[in-house]
Amino acid sequence: MADVSDKMDASPPATDPVTDWATDYDIFDADYVANPFDVWDDLRDECPIAKTDRWGGSWMPTTYEDVVEMARMVPVLSSRDPIVVRPPDDGPSDHGDAPDASAYTTVNAPPISSDPPVHTWSRRLILPYFSPKATALHEPFTRQLCHDLIDAHIESGQIDGAADYAQQIPPRVIAHLLGVDPGKAGEFTEWVQGVLEVGLSNPAVRTKYRMKIREFFMAEIADRKKNPGDDLISDLLKAEVDGEPVSDLHVAGTCNLLLVAGIDTTWSSIGAALWHLAAHPDDTRQLVEDPSMLPNANEEFLRAYAPVTMARVVDEDAEIQGCPMSAGDKVLMNFPAANRDPAAFEDADKVIIDRQRNRHVAFGVGIHRCAGSNLARMEMEVALGVFLERIPEFSLADPGAVTWAGGQVRGPRHLPIRF
Amino acid sequence: MKIVIDTDKCEGHNRCYSIAPELIEVDDYGYASAAGDGSVPPELEEKARLAVDNCPEFAVTVVED
Repeated sequence: MADVSDKMDASPPATDPVTDWATDYDIFDADYVANPFDVWDDLRDECPIAKTDRWGGSWMPTTYEDVVEMARMVPVLSSRDPIVVRPPDDGPSDHGDAPDASAYTTVNAPPISSDPPVHTWSRRLILPYFSPKATALHEPFTRQLCHDLIDAHIESGQIDGAADYAQQIPPRVIAHLLGVDPGKAGEFTEWVQGVLEVGLSNPAVRTKYRMKIREFFMAEIADRKKNPGDDLISDLLKAEVDGEPVSDLHVAGTCNLLLVAGIDTTWSSIGAALWHLAAHPDDTRQLVEDPSMLPNANEEFLRAYAPVTMARVVDEDAEIQGCPMSAGDKVLMNFPAANRDPAAFEDADKVIIDRQRNRHVAFGVGIHRCAGSNLARMEMEVALGVFLERIPEFSLADPGAVTWAGGQVRGPRHLPIRF
Repeated sequence: MKIVIDTDKCEGHNRCYSIAPELIEVDDYGYASAAGDGSVPPELEEKARLAVDNCPEFAVTVVED
């Protein structure tokens, strides 16, 4: 497959160093991307809702209470534009005026980019494909895929836990789910990194890759209309809402969401868990000896290394949690920081794989709870389970060579492991 | 003990179902409800309490007899 790292530099753009995180934070700061935890701890004590003018400006709550309350403020905090950095003024709009974003906007990705009422029906359209029962159907495929990936490296004694393993899994599972050519997985990886990593701080790159994704799905939709199959795209094309068929653009937007939201996020979670295990042999040993602990441990990895921070848009001027917010301001739903709040979790800074009480919000909370959370959990549990079964002892080959991507999706991108 | 799901609060995280599948039913959309009349046999009471304590939406409660 294509090695995306050769084509795109995923490291965040250089910016002026941050001296005051409370009033001038930078989510793309390289040190912050590698270790945001101390910044969040300081902010919770000193200024729990931080603000910045960088990257178009945003607010960032850091306590569990604020993040959870603000995630439920619908539609005062709208989801019409969930990416924090706006496109250039002369570029295509990144958010549609119509709630359905039915025009050729670039973030047409319902239901994540919508508020009720569109959110309500567009979410119901896809939820049946992501229920526990529906996602369990993809487990055998995922398990075989993970074994195949390990097979390719088992003799060498080394594997890049991110590039060779974690990153290879979600694109193929999503291709399988969508019923598209599995040979496209390498391109999916490139497109998604174009949108969510490089494109996050570079809207021109983001637009380019969004267009590629839309062209791909519009072609798939045209094909399914001629040759309907037993797959998600064909089903969405047959769906009716209030007696009317769903528009092709809506279907393309939903496919775009499944691709973009289902790939980068899940590989980040798998990679972060492997990074933890590579450096914590006691945890690894416990999970190897008792694999039944894995689902619980997985929830702890999700809590401690939650990858995703979504953005909301302030709908009208309002004082929110004591902050004077203006219409159009972005608010970062910092679920990863909420998960590290000592007011909500005992020993919040420690990874405790048998933690029993864990109301983490890695998948968000409220009506925008990650629709694919059951699929993501299945992929994580299978990916980690197969890795531990095949490679029960491993360590970081070179801790200094580990690199992280961040911004709104945080996870390792190079993770050299030896065994 | 009875387990109770507030279906207005449930957003389909499925934490309760994954912890206590014996006590929870999930519909085709992933939303939870109590299995049967919600009765919790004594040997599952600890699981029921864990289902309560892991719901991010505070949608699960138990009622002691």
